[in-house]
Amino acid sequence: MTDLNKLTIADARDALRKGDVTSAELTGACLTAIEGAGALNAFVHDTSDIARDMAAAADVRLKGGDAPAMCGIPLGIKDLFCTRGVPGQAASGILEGFVPEYESTVTQNLWDAGAVMLGKLNMDEFAMGSSTETSVYGNAINPWRRAGSDTPLTPGGSSGGSAAAVAADLCLGATGTDTGGSIRQPAAFTGITGIKPTYGRCSRWGVVAFASSLDQAGPMTKTVRDAAIMLGAMCGHDAKDSTSADIPVPDFEAALSGDIRGKVIGIPKEYRMDGMPPEIEKLWADGTAMLKDAGAEVRDISLPHTKYALPAYYVIAPAEASSNLARYDGVRYGHRAKLAPGDGITEMYEKTRAEGFGAEVQRRVMVGTYVLSAGFYDAYYNRARKVRTLIKRDFEQVFEAGVDAILTPATPSAAFGLGEMTSADPVQMYLNDVFTVTVNLAGLPGISVPAGQDAAGLPLGLQLIGRPWEEGDLLNCAYALERAAGFVAKPQKWW
Amino acid sequence: MSIDTNTAARVAKLARIRVEEDALPALAEEFNTILGFIEQLSEVNVDGVEPMVSVTPMRLPRRADAVTDGDQQAKILSNAPDAREGFFAVPKVVE
Repeated sequence: MTDLNKLTIADARDALRKGDVTSAELTGACLTAIEGAGALNAFVHDTSDIARDMAAAADVRLKGGDAPAMCGIPLGIKDLFCTRGVPGQAASGILEGFVPEYESTVTQNLWDAGAVMLGKLNMDEFAMGSSTETSVYGNAINPWRRAGSDTPLTPGGSSGGSAAAVAADLCLGATGTDTGGSIRQPAAFTGITGIKPTYGRCSRWGVVAFASSLDQAGPMTKTVRDAAIMLGAMCGHDAKDSTSADIPVPDFEAALSGDIRGKVIGIPKEYRMDGMPPEIEKLWADGTAMLKDAGAEVRDISLPHTKYALPAYYVIAPAEASSNLARYDGVRYGHRAKLAPGDGITEMYEKTRAEGFGAEVQRRVMVGTYVLSAGFYDAYYNRARKVRTLIKRDFEQVFEAGVDAILTPATPSAAFGLGEMTSADPVQMYLNDVFTVTVNLAGLPGISVPAGQDAAGLPLGLQLIGRPWEEGDLLNCAYALERAAGFVAKPQKWW
Repeated sequence: MSIDTNTAARVAKLARIRVEEDALPALAEEFNTILGFIEQLSEVNVDGVEPMVSVTPMRLPRRADAVTDGDQQAKILSNAPDAREGFFAVPKVVE
């Protein structure tokens, strides 16, 4: 069998179980692909020795005959997940040299299921960004290019390394995290599938915190079926995360019948933005028609507070970040600034944080500090939390009226060129999350599915938003959309 | 609401991030752009709306008040930039 790294998780699982291939072979193929893909700057910490050991252990387990679905499957892990004994720094200079003494629950669940860790993946610093340009490791590069152009494009962010690695077949799947769109936007930019589950589905324990009330981990994969398989292995109740849901995890893959007859798909009019590129509008209309053809009932709906989701997010997320990132003070881990004679502890904090945090992280920590400061707490932070209540209520009302899932574009554009957005003011970059951020504020599951290409041949994604805890139903709708869209394009190998 | 360089300096101080004097005007301008964007929230009628505390309606779980972990001093100190005699070491705090 050739090109084992190009297999889907589902096909690899079946081949492993039949004995047609070993995890050692699969893992070797991925490690070779990674070695040849330095130009993408997707993998930033090499764990090939660990990968070979884990693959060997998985092969023993597979021979035993009752291995779980993820057994022997080589994965990339976003640098935000702490993995014991492996350097992890959330793509920040302030965690330089940090080697966690513990394992995140999500990665532990994956290893318990027999998955293999290939290495750590590039991302925006502390997951703050939409282009993986704020990373201390340098930019990750999208394997896709515009037809006839060699302009390097962003794979999106913050899970840009994960997206680039999956799209370039460097791994069979990757973990991502999503606070405002950080799984779904990069998935859309690279022609892959990414799901952010319901808040509380995946444990946040051991995942470096950005905004705790919004952060969720999820899988980034080549297909919807793979997302269902991998999500099932990642989630589950964890006593170490007090917001982890103590409810059973269904068999998500079993929900993939492709039959969506009678399902009600809502099309929210507020997502039809001024200045939306015609290609995105067409993609959305095509996706709507596909779901209708598959037997779903399409219904126009209204989510009236959509417009206020981004401004609410840019109060709540920085506020939580300023609190979460207070721990980086140069005392317990990571970087500590060199001090001048006479410097006290305050100078140590201030110099350490100025040296260790990049510009965007500093900006968000300070905005968060401001909106939480005396005199502004009510005007900004409390008001934003009230608006968040209204945004969630918008969704509750359409679900109560019988809507099963909501279809929207995943992003306002295809992948943009590296550097193209850095000259703009920060708010321009924030607009990337305009279609995804509502889902985090409401705690809902959302999935991005590749559904078309723009005139330059770049992939475009559609987003489906589901009812809380109904990831199975949501994945099934996504599966129907995936089958109808028939997206099979792959990036040309130039790297 | 407009932020001047004095306010920017105060916020930087509260956040314990050193910002050089000559970088303050640009920082203040960035704050103003972001806060201008956030300002849209004042259009929303939030009368009688409760601020969200938890996105999922749930009671935080409680556990037994018992020691479940500990005796990991070496592991806890293993990443410290400066650790001495079983403690984190920092510059002198009290004169």
